[in-house]
Amino acid sequence: MSAAEAAVKFVTETPVEEIERVKAWINTEDYKEKNFERTSLVVNPAHACQPLGAQMVATGFEGALPFIHGSQGCASYFRSTFSRHYREPAAATCDAMTEDGAVFGGQNNLFEGLENAYTLYKPKMIPIFTTCMPEVIGDDLNAYTKNAKQQGFIPEDLPTPYANTPSFNGSHIHGYDAMLKSILRTLTEGQKVEGKCTGKLNIIPGFDGNVGNLREYKRILELMGIPYTMLADVSDVFDSGCDGEYKLYPGGTKMEDAAESINGKATISMQKYSTVTTMKWIESEYDGAKAILPLPFGVKKTDEMLLKLSELFEKPIPAELKAERARAVDAMTDAHQYLHGRKFAIAGDPDYLLGIVSFLLEMGAHPWHILCSRSTKKFQKEMQALLDTSVFGEGCSIYINKDLWHMRSLLMTDPVDGIIGDTHAKWAARDAKIPLFRIGFPIIDRVNLHRTPVVGYNGAISMLSMLANKFLDIKDETCEDQWFEMMR
Amino acid sequence: MAEKKLRQIAIYGKGGIGKSTTTQNTVAGLASLGKRILIIGCDPKADSTRLILHAKAQDTVMDKVRELGTVEDLELEDVCKRGYGDVMCVESGGPEPGVGCAGRGVITAINFLEEEGAYTPDLDYVFYDVLGDVVCGGFAMPIRENKAQEIYIVVSGEMMAMYAANNICKGICKYAASGSVRLAGLICNSRETDREADLIEALAARLGTQMIHFVPRDNQVQRAELRRMTVIEYSPEHKQAAEYRALAQKIVDNKKFVVPTPLEMEDLEDLLMEFGIMEAEDESIVGVAENA
Repeated sequence: MSAAEAAVKFVTETPVEEIERVKAWINTEDYKEKNFERTSLVVNPAHACQPLGAQMVATGFEGALPFIHGSQGCASYFRSTFSRHYREPAAATCDAMTEDGAVFGGQNNLFEGLENAYTLYKPKMIPIFTTCMPEVIGDDLNAYTKNAKQQGFIPEDLPTPYANTPSFNGSHIHGYDAMLKSILRTLTEGQKVEGKCTGKLNIIPGFDGNVGNLREYKRILELMGIPYTMLADVSDVFDSGCDGEYKLYPGGTKMEDAAESINGKATISMQKYSTVTTMKWIESEYDGAKAILPLPFGVKKTDEMLLKLSELFEKPIPAELKAERARAVDAMTDAHQYLHGRKFAIAGDPDYLLGIVSFLLEMGAHPWHILCSRSTKKFQKEMQALLDTSVFGEGCSIYINKDLWHMRSLLMTDPVDGIIGDTHAKWAARDAKIPLFRIGFPIIDRVNLHRTPVVGYNGAISMLSMLANKFLDIKDETCEDQWFEMMR
Repeated sequence: MAEKKLRQIAIYGKGGIGKSTTTQNTVAGLASLGKRILIIGCDPKADSTRLILHAKAQDTVMDKVRELGTVEDLELEDVCKRGYGDVMCVESGGPEPGVGCAGRGVITAINFLEEEGAYTPDLDYVFYDVLGDVVCGGFAMPIRENKAQEIYIVVSGEMMAMYAANNICKGICKYAASGSVRLAGLICNSRETDREADLIEALAARLGTQMIHFVPRDNQVQRAELRRMTVIEYSPEHKQAAEYRALAQKIVDNKKFVVPTPLEMEDLEDLLMEFGIMEAEDESIVGVAENA
């Protein structure tokens, strides 16, 4: 068979010329305008749905078994997304509502599901969250879980926090927020003791698919000598070692630590937008100081985090962290020439975007197209204020509630050097013939990026190495022979 | 013999207007003309077939599904009952008030009936008796593509009944644009309000349709209902039975199927004022308390 015969043939009646014409047209300004007028169709969104975020939180407590009230297919989506991203099992149960559940309400499904889940897997807690179906028909989780206990399907004292997480509303970060608040509310009930202080810091990482980041926070806190409880700690659950023994519950925040968190010395959230309602609730219920910190991407934001911690716990910044900072600044200086003036497109969650933009501005790069597929004017304002702090922010644009097909139009009509986002952005990157730097969630086509921290000073070094080295690779791969140099 | 053409008819109208009573009496009238009919009650209250079956409450599709735990094991015989004049009767039923989704129940029930072959070739008519307030998409299931093509709206000379009729017409327009569903007429179920027939005639004209029949008020209907019977069966010689038979014959002969032209709220109110149902509004007193 010749190469021509082996080539893929389109199964279409449309003439080749017409296909070529449209292919060229979708790269034009004219098409971009039409694309941005699009209102009722989303193509390749850069966000997942609420219950996925809820499952991440539910997984982050020791002995907790996430329980999905709703459809089986939705449950498969959350589990497979986590498994593909972390390359780990993602244990979760589902009460598999079917047609009759949709008509009569899902109480019987919940009863049977809870009974099975409890009997088979003996969890310490069953956090419950929902898919669209029970939300549309208005299932009352509060009443249903109370009934389940009264009728003996599960023990009265088993914690069953629940969150309403309809997928047609918000995104995974809102599900994360709702589930976290519900779990904390349940576990801390009656635990507040006037005058008692554990002396510990509560740290909430927010929706972060990078378990390396969680471990980096812990390392920093240990270096600073700050005792802590990380709430919704998925690091050991979604990054458990391979020692020949399968553990259904490999880690997570200890139940007693979560319960005691209400008597902590301080509580910080590392992600403002994915913990809005949780932090509001903590503000009114928890003892101690509260602070919402920016994701510590780059030197400036890491400085802010460390200074805040130092202030809250009256601890000096340890010499080791000062040395790390100095090395990061050195690494930035070494690499700045490869990133300075480069333009980037970024897609992701609000908190990640703020972190990445802050880092890029530090490096003298332009965060040229900033795209968030679910966000608000408030976020847009905050992002604009950040851009306004640097000359490198001039001319950069923020697009809220736009998707990765919009992003493609931007890349075609106003080209940039690279795109930063999750795996979903790979098609846009391929069409635009620019590299995709995988920072975000999910990353399902590369290994171990979820283990490589991008927060803190060391994270800054990792990020800038990833960016700069890729541009150098491209140069080596594409330059004319006379420009192929030993040194770069 | 030429194959019979199945006519599928949906009856809508404000809650409490007498849809179920009118439907069953009309169906009984059609049966007495020798027609083969299936009634599908699409209301969780499940009172669309009691006069035909002489039953207090028929086992509904959803009752049986609840019992069996799944719709897959359900048999047609379990839920399809034969009543007066060989009229076949099914009630979709639904969840208890306040839980689940009654609209989805209607969809599940109709899908089940289609898949199980309830629409047999010998049928002349299928009647869908639908919950008064079309609160969600489930209750519009009977007028989706390939289901009811004719809609009759039961109405009276009362203001809210006419509002409801106009709203239902708006709903029909949505489906008519993409499908073959048409408004076939208004059935006036008299409440003996002033100039009722004239008013409904006028409303029908504005909607682009007809008042297909004026059913006078007669306590014979209630007397028959006490025995869970239609007037047609209870007292076939009574003049009220003749009214329903007349309505049945008009439906058989009806050719006037239209995409309705619903009225704007102002036009409807003008019409009501013209007939003295509503008084002109005095904007200066709106929101002012009695003692202010």
